[in-house]
Amino acid sequence: MAVPRFWREISNRYNLIGTKCGNCNKVFFPPRYLCPKCRRIGKLEPYKLNGKGKIISFTVTHVAPNGFEDQAPYALAIIELDEGPRLTAQVTDCDPNQIKIGDRVEMIFRRIGQDGEDGAIYYGYKARLV
Amino acid sequence: MRKVAIIGVGLTKFGELWDVSLRRLMLEAGARAIEDAGIDGKKIDAMYVGNMSAGQFISQEHIASLIVDHAGLTPIPCTRVEAACASGGSALRQAVITVASGIHDIVVAAGIEKMTDVLAEQTTEALITAADQEWEAFVGATFPGLYALMARRHMYEFGTTEAQLAKVAVKNHHNACFNPCAQYQMEITVEDVLNSAPVTTPLKLLDCSPITDGAACVILAPFDRAREFTDTPILVAGTGQASDTISLHDRPTLTGIAATNKAAELAYKMAGVGPNDIDLAEVHDCFTIAEIMAIEDLGFCKKGDGGKVTERGETAIGGRIPINTSGGLKGKGHPIGATGIAQAVEITQQLRGEAGKRQVNGAEIGLTHNVGGSGGTVVVHIMRRGD
Repeated sequence: MAVPRFWREISNRYNLIGTKCGNCNKVFFPPRYLCPKCRRIGKLEPYKLNGKGKIISFTVTHVAPNGFEDQAPYALAIIELDEGPRLTAQVTDCDPNQIKIGDRVEMIFRRIGQDGEDGAIYYGYKARLV
Repeated sequence: MRKVAIIGVGLTKFGELWDVSLRRLMLEAGARAIEDAGIDGKKIDAMYVGNMSAGQFISQEHIASLIVDHAGLTPIPCTRVEAACASGGSALRQAVITVASGIHDIVVAAGIEKMTDVLAEQTTEALITAADQEWEAFVGATFPGLYALMARRHMYEFGTTEAQLAKVAVKNHHNACFNPCAQYQMEITVEDVLNSAPVTTPLKLLDCSPITDGAACVILAPFDRAREFTDTPILVAGTGQASDTISLHDRPTLTGIAATNKAAELAYKMAGVGPNDIDLAEVHDCFTIAEIMAIEDLGFCKKGDGGKVTERGETAIGGRIPINTSGGLKGKGHPIGATGIAQAVEITQQLRGEAGKRQVNGAEIGLTHNVGGSGGTVVVHIMRRGD
């Protein structure tokens, strides 16, 4: 992946900044740039999420894609944040086999992967059980 | 709008076909379809080709030009259609719409994927590009992983078991034993599935469809001209397509694919039939959980009952609603772009009564269900005997 593609999402990924529609107040993360409900009258502004949420579903991935082999097996989950939006993230700092649907989590800053042996290191969010 | 018929079908062997290139594979399926229709290739007016990712798999884009060239059919228009795993179904729908509109008469809908010219890990990487690269793949999601998230939630909400998931694979491998084109013509047991290596829990290796080379082709004509070519025209009675968010996490429910509900509703309405009228269906079982959700979302059983219905044998050949008589993606193989077309080939053969040992007796109406990605695109077609 070319560096600009990662670089332009840094603030969203590092600080969990999504968007909020000023018209209907719906919060989006990952960010959307058009509110599907309000369309042209929607007013999307950056919005920082507090990073607390719960697990909707999870899987423990044993066969990892390129760049994630050294992390396997890892837990991957769909998490519903308290403000409403859902995201996909790894669940870290725990035995992946102890995770249950409904568990409370908080999002934390972590290393996600690396672009080959001498490429950029990617950072972003993972979840931790609370 | 004109009525549209399938007048010819062709399928290659599905599998790891080291000795054939994409262009030869496509030619083979096309030649079989032309022979089946008994048509002169020069009568073909246009082509659509479903293909997900020749760019990633064989570093070749512009395959519409490559294929029409090597088929010796230049200068007719040929268009590649991409919708991830629903590329084939989408190409078929475009071909149907073209014939229905009156713009062209004889139109080919083809599908192809040549997946084994790259290493297995590159294949996995190519496939995940059907998901959101920035917010799913970036954090380590794989395609099996996304379907595993659906499976886990389905198990949680409805009590679906891993043994019920395994039954889908067992049934589809059994059906594939009677399909000479299938990749896996071998029986497996529930224990084999349960004891196979974990890929991403709760899905194991034998819950997943394989990496496959293959091509498929159907030839369409206006229904009122179909008898020039065949005594058993198959009417494309309904076509429906729907979309949803590309990311799984953006959908309110994980236990079904909403675009399947919508695409099926449109196809049923156009065909003037309902789920109870369908005699058999080819559904998108890229993973075992996908077949369970599909039979629910298409209306063949109540939401949540897919596992139980499968366990009771209702979806086997001879059961209430036979599903994936071809072996499905699991047993027959899943050459991504070819899959949606191969489904139409199977339903055509079944409705003509040409399916040999896997024949569903008295089949008159069949359905195909083709899913792109984790459910961002779904295409449903309903076919019926035209005689």
